[in-house]
Amino acid sequence: MTAILVIGAGPAGLAAATWLAQAGAGPVTVVERQAEPGGVPRLCGHSPFGMREFHRILGGAAYASRLADAAIRAGATLLLNHAVTAIAADLTTDLASPDGIRTLTPDRILLATGAREASRAERLLPGDRPLGVLTTGALQDLWFARGALPFRRPVILGTELVALSALLTCRQAGARPVAMVEPGPARLTRAPLRWFPDLLRLPVYTAATITDLIAKDGRLAQVTIRTADGKAMAIDTDGLVLTGSFRPETGLARLCGLQIDPATQGPVVDQSGRTSHPGIYAAGNILRGIETAGACWAEGRAVARALMADLGQTPAPAVTITPGNGLRYVMPQRFTPGAATALPRLQLRLAHAATGTLSLCDGNGSPMLSRSLSSTPQRRVTLPLPTGTQGPLSVELKAR
Amino acid sequence: MDLYDAAIIGAGVTGIATARRLAQAGQRVLLLEKGADILSGASKANSALLHTGFDAPEGSLELSCMQAGYAEYRQIRAAMNLPLLETGALVVAWTTEQQAALPGILAAAHRNGVCDARLLTQAEILAREPKLSALARAAVLVPGEHVMDPWSPFHGYALEILSLGGTILRQTTVSGGRFDGAVWQIDTSRGGYRADAIVNCAGLFADRIDAAFLGRTDFTIHPRKGQFVVFDKAAARHLSTIILPVPDVRTKGVVLTPTIFGNLLVGPTAEETPDRDRATTTTEALLGLIARAAEIVPALRQMPVTATYAGLRPATEFKEYRIHHDPALHWVTVGGIRSTGLTASLGIAAHVAALLGLPARASATAAPPALPNLAEHLPRDWQMPNHGPILCHCEMVTRREVEAALSGPFPPGDIGGLKRRTRCAMGRCQGFHCLGALEEISRGRLAEPIGLPA
Repeated sequence: MTAILVIGAGPAGLAAATWLAQAGAGPVTVVERQAEPGGVPRLCGHSPFGMREFHRILGGAAYASRLADAAIRAGATLLLNHAVTAIAADLTTDLASPDGIRTLTPDRILLATGAREASRAERLLPGDRPLGVLTTGALQDLWFARGALPFRRPVILGTELVALSALLTCRQAGARPVAMVEPGPARLTRAPLRWFPDLLRLPVYTAATITDLIAKDGRLAQVTIRTADGKAMAIDTDGLVLTGSFRPETGLARLCGLQIDPATQGPVVDQSGRTSHPGIYAAGNILRGIETAGACWAEGRAVARALMADLGQTPAPAVTITPGNGLRYVMPQRFTPGAATALPRLQLRLAHAATGTLSLCDGNGSPMLSRSLSSTPQRRVTLPLPTGTQGPLSVELKAR
Repeated sequence: MDLYDAAIIGAGVTGIATARRLAQAGQRVLLLEKGADILSGASKANSALLHTGFDAPEGSLELSCMQAGYAEYRQIRAAMNLPLLETGALVVAWTTEQQAALPGILAAAHRNGVCDARLLTQAEILAREPKLSALARAAVLVPGEHVMDPWSPFHGYALEILSLGGTILRQTTVSGGRFDGAVWQIDTSRGGYRADAIVNCAGLFADRIDAAFLGRTDFTIHPRKGQFVVFDKAAARHLSTIILPVPDVRTKGVVLTPTIFGNLLVGPTAEETPDRDRATTTTEALLGLIARAAEIVPALRQMPVTATYAGLRPATEFKEYRIHHDPALHWVTVGGIRSTGLTASLGIAAHVAALLGLPARASATAAPPALPNLAEHLPRDWQMPNHGPILCHCEMVTRREVEAALSGPFPPGDIGGLKRRTRCAMGRCQGFHCLGALEEISRGRLAEPIGLPA
């Protein structure tokens, strides 16, 4: 018998499983479709992990195995190479295991399936479809896990922090990137890291659009871009790394019919992490784009605590929290009166860069609390979520 | 030098089906393909529909080949373990003008022998497809239109060709040849070959092959590009019937259809392009297709995209197929096989066999090969016991399936061929999670490797 099923053994899922097992929530099972636990950090060779969780600096792989060890020591069962294929309304869960199909009947499910970078198709890129076009995730899997390099002089698309990770991986593997291309008006990393490409004398084109990918013998040979001044430019290359534009891995969430927020592209949740199905919770990067491994770990623990506090209780009807004009999303998207709080702050993204006042308003549009802000669309903005409210809420932005 | 009974130039759907049929008739066949794998030209990108021919030109060769191909496919598919999704199609009228055209479409369907086609009212349409936009006014239902796996049949036919003693050469570009009155000498990038007869199934290059061998051609290929968007598997629950457009002189409508792999597909665009080699996508066209799909089924508005692709159809200046037999030259040209070629391929093959005076029915009786099932609605390898690890989770492809494809009797020549044989990396993450594992398992086994040599 499984009381609680955690789907995904990344930082959020393993933290939740560890907490639940330690707290005596009953049998806790973590299923992971990959052969190794740890999620994305497992393949990050160079990022510092673990300060918040283990009070020391660890490499990605060491951090990943510590997370898994903690969950197992706490008494959770970890099933690797197990993929969930169906979740019924009563939470009966079908798993593809190496030995065939298995079925579990948990009381609660916590989805922690993480996020991945947008594919070439999701970005609707033009041109041929050759070898050499891949995400940072695939690049790092190829290089760190298999010692294979798919190109020698790639173009890097995007300038989020992960683009610098891609750049470092390329350098480490002996590839020499030839350019960085950013569709947005400015680089997305902050100083001093934003100047790192300049240090390597790597040209960075902002407000640039990829207009064609040209293949030769099945492999990428040239990327053409339109630069900010409208000029066409051809870059000879043999690869394209698609970095960033992380999106929640919601194949399973969509399969079991959970309500999806088109803006976050993750499931709609309340402040306890509960989705539109009262027995299914979600935590970590499935909720929205990406946060650091440490933030996901903390979120996993918090949602685990809320899940346990809410066990056996019938949730009251939830009220919605609506993003107003100028806001791309607000997460959590709803508030359940009386439910435990795992997400104590509203996480927001602006639709455009703006300076002004951000207010959380009640059903009549009257501000309950406000803060001033000046931010770009990429940065996370937060507002405290009041503990008691009955009617619908909205977040309004008044630009200055 | 070996002498073949027949050389078939081009291993797309037409060439493969034709080579199979000639081999079944006892011919020693040589199938020549310039790509690293079969199905790598026009045949790699289509809408994967098995058509009844309800809207084909009345009395045309295209119609008879489609209907013969349709019948033969239905007859052989069970033995070859080939899936079919019996969806039916709705030709939907969205305007009064289109609605006025429906009786004509229905009458033409009946004249073409598609007698079960019938008109549906708006209420009947929405009862059948509740997620369809309520702007649908009326439709012609064609129950016999189905969705197929566009590649597995041809991998099966290729296996059949090999088991009947035929030869398939990939990465072999044909440059020209000479006829001495009895035998053709064929020049290729791999050297010379000899054959009694030649069937030109060169698709996008059929006119050039005619010109290179005969010094003349009676048509010119004008490639027509079609772009497609594949929606996430979560989209599949919103539609179970093929939605076809009413043909219109002003706008070329697009098709929205379930795929056999459990997705929804929208496309194609129809763009004249001078380029025979590059089937490129454009961001604007893809956005246009997504918008059109969301007009047809509004629930697709926020649906994630799994894949985008483009294909080139070998259209000519003529509407009809260009199939021509020159008995004196032991030559058959099979040109201008447009979007109906997938359905018609077996019928075209039988027609070519008849032109060459070969038995109408196959005389060889080797048991046809059974293909691994890739269709979502039928049992897959991951549902079988002891399949071992799953390599691609988006499409649920096991390592065992990939290994079987790579070490089978007709292994893929490139990554595209491996994807078509197994579906690996064809799903929503497009290789984010599985490219590394694919690189490892395919190392040294593909013409163009995923990872570069060290």
